Amino acid sequence: MELTSSQQDALQVVAVNDARIDAAVAIEFKDAMREKTDGGSDVVVLDLSVVEFIDSSGLGAIVASMKNMGKGRTLALAGLTPTVEKVFRLTRMDSVFPVYPTLEGALDNLKN
Amino acid sequence: MVSMLPAFQFSVQSDEFSVRDALEQLLRRLKPLSLDVEEAGTVELVMAEALNNVVEHAYPEGNPAGPINIHCRHRSNGLHLTITDQGVGMPDGETPLGRPANLNVDKMDLPEGGFGWFLIKDLAKDVDYKRVGWENRLSLRLAVATKARQT
Repeated sequence: MELTSSQQDALQVVAVNDARIDAAVAIEFKDAMREKTDGGSDVVVLDLSVVEFIDSSGLGAIVASMKNMGKGRTLALAGLTPTVEKVFRLTRMDSVFPVYPTLEGALDNLKN
Repeated sequence: MVSMLPAFQFSVQSDEFSVRDALEQLLRRLKPLSLDVEEAGTVELVMAEALNNVVEHAYPEGNPAGPINIHCRHRSNGLHLTITDQGVGMPDGETPLGRPANLNVDKMDLPEGGFGWFLIKDLAKDVDYKRVGWENRLSLRLAVATKARQT
């Protein structure tokens, strides 16, 4: 599970470089996210644009990552592909996270 | 009209990565149906959740791994899938209810699990679980590649 972190002004962008966040890598993802976001920006955008598939374990790992960041910080999601979007929509988790169709859209919105 | 795909089955040995392997095989065998992204996503998601449950609960860590068999029949009302394993049975002989999670809580108390059965029951039809001898049999129907759909 490889994550890349970059800084865009006050925003931190964490990009997932794997096509799947599933049960096989959920714990690895959670640990990698903790490592990237500990002591990072208040607002972190998780770029999911290359992720084609997520299952409920992957969804749980994203929720856990948001909770690990702590109360005052925000985890936003960007670039959801169709099946990833479906999982967030069906579980209504799209009401918990700020969700943006594209990374550019997320950056435009969150910079203000 | 969609032509009917002949029935098929295959097995994988339960381990961490066998679910990926099984999903890849399943989707490859469904290729002739030319499922759209939405339909393929439904198949992959429901089967991932059902298979993850087998790996996690029927063959839990510490127990010997065992086979997981997937059987698929294509009918005019969709794909009829049966997953069979020889692991631990469901508690009370029934699948969990799969109620939607309560999200109306403080964000630090949001659930990190329990979405699997909700997704299965939301997306699949005719979900049925039986313990037969030493086997768990979970069958379900996915209303994809149905007769009404034009190719």
